[in-house]
Amino acid sequence: MITATESAFAFSPRRVAAMMLRYWYLLRSSWPRLIELIYWPAVQMITWGFIQYYVMQNAGFFARAGGTLIGAVLLWDILFRGQLGFSISFLEEMWARNIGNLMMSPLRPIEFVAALMVMSIVRLAIGVVPVTLLAFVFFGFNLYALGFALVAFFINLMLTSWAVGIFVSGLVLRNGLGAENLAWSIMFLFMPLACVYYPVTTLPVWLQPAAWALPPTYVFEGMRALLIDHTFRADLMLEALALNAIFMAIGVFGFLKLLQAARRQGSLMQTGE
Amino acid sequence: MSRESAIPAIEVERLVKIYKEVPAVDGISFSIPRGSITGLLGGNGAGKTTTIAMIMGLLMPTSGSVKVLGAQMPHQRYRVLQRMNFESPYVDMPMRLTIRQNLTVFGMLYGVRHLGERIAELAEALDLTRLLDRPTGKLSAGQKTRVSLAKSLINGPELLLLDEPTASLDPDTADWVRAHLERYCRDRHATVLLASHNMHEVERLCERVIIMKQGRIEDDDTPARLLTRYGRRTLEEVFLDVARGRDEAEAAQ
Repeated sequence: MITATESAFAFSPRRVAAMMLRYWYLLRSSWPRLIELIYWPAVQMITWGFIQYYVMQNAGFFARAGGTLIGAVLLWDILFRGQLGFSISFLEEMWARNIGNLMMSPLRPIEFVAALMVMSIVRLAIGVVPVTLLAFVFFGFNLYALGFALVAFFINLMLTSWAVGIFVSGLVLRNGLGAENLAWSIMFLFMPLACVYYPVTTLPVWLQPAAWALPPTYVFEGMRALLIDHTFRADLMLEALALNAIFMAIGVFGFLKLLQAARRQGSLMQTGE
Repeated sequence: MSRESAIPAIEVERLVKIYKEVPAVDGISFSIPRGSITGLLGGNGAGKTTTIAMIMGLLMPTSGSVKVLGAQMPHQRYRVLQRMNFESPYVDMPMRLTIRQNLTVFGMLYGVRHLGERIAELAEALDLTRLLDRPTGKLSAGQKTRVSLAKSLINGPELLLLDEPTASLDPDTADWVRAHLERYCRDRHATVLLASHNMHEVERLCERVIIMKQGRIEDDDTPARLLTRYGRRTLEEVFLDVARGRDEAEAAQ
């Protein structure tokens, strides 16, 4: 009989903590990694901030819709950096040729994924929190003034970023570092359809169902509703949450299937290209 | 003898691994009793690493079965992963982490109690004490091998799988590592399966040798009996007989 601690689905906070400690040691040991976390979000926010500043002076609509561009940039960064934070922690294991050690240890896949999720929040906090402060100082945009809505946006965006990050990690496990570029680029596939900077109605009618199939679309629509119409759309957040549950199930299922394929193909022993 | 200790450390039955129609391991069977040191010999591509990967549960067999400490691999691996460990040239320890940090992380993963003491004990035994706070990437090849060995011993494993444990080491360090392994197995009654190209190492450490060629077991016996049967003075000569085919090896001499 297999006991709970021997099961593949057992969960040990100690093992999750071990993995978090491993990534924390790594971050602490490398200042370029820390700088990189802040660099791109800061550059992007400042660029878009000035664009918003310019259009506000020239267009009545944007003058009324103060903050939508900077808000979109910051929320997009939560989505993109959340996924990247997850995927890069995973890629660190591939680059270090450490996957074999982990897969041979008692660490369960679900514990590994949990550690990657927590680390994505840590990495996001290091990168995005200073940038939100910069947005306030430079452009007077206070993301935290969104209050409860921000919590709802954040939860939904993080869930999507994790679902995508989990699936991409599975692809890299199965296909080796040749699939690494997916980790950097896959979220940009979402960008035009998730309607980050424009409303869904901007898209051709036949494309709009595809946009509504993505949880982030609801978040960006919700943000615009909040900033332009001063209305919190709880319905959009709940729909996003339901879609995220499906995305997460697909991500985890895909990861486990790809891990199984990696075990069949021997990719866990050969983590190169 | 308890019921648990009567179960072999490793039981391999009709094990097959096929990659795209090419058999890497072709129907091998063997059993390794507890407390023994067994060598797995073979040329490049003989199937040693593939066999070890299947024993570790990192690779799914095409057919056949592998049992480790009584657990079917890879499906029941979590029953036994805590009691085994490995060292392989195909994996590294994270380079930016210090030795102490690496051993702390792996010790936590394996649920080692009194971890600080265990790390100190291993560092002392493997002559790593003064290096504990140095990043693993800044060590020499010999020091890195000792760190990998420390990682593989962190949980005091009952079963140790070693793939080329002394490759790229100078003779002195390699001898030192072998002595430590011998001591560990004797003191803990641990089982070791050792894949190696180093015949001297196999002769010294192993009480049994399994020789593989093209995914199959060509021979399986004690080093002494192999020498007698092949009429050779060293295991290296036996290995060449098997690897090249006996006539060809004799002609080459």
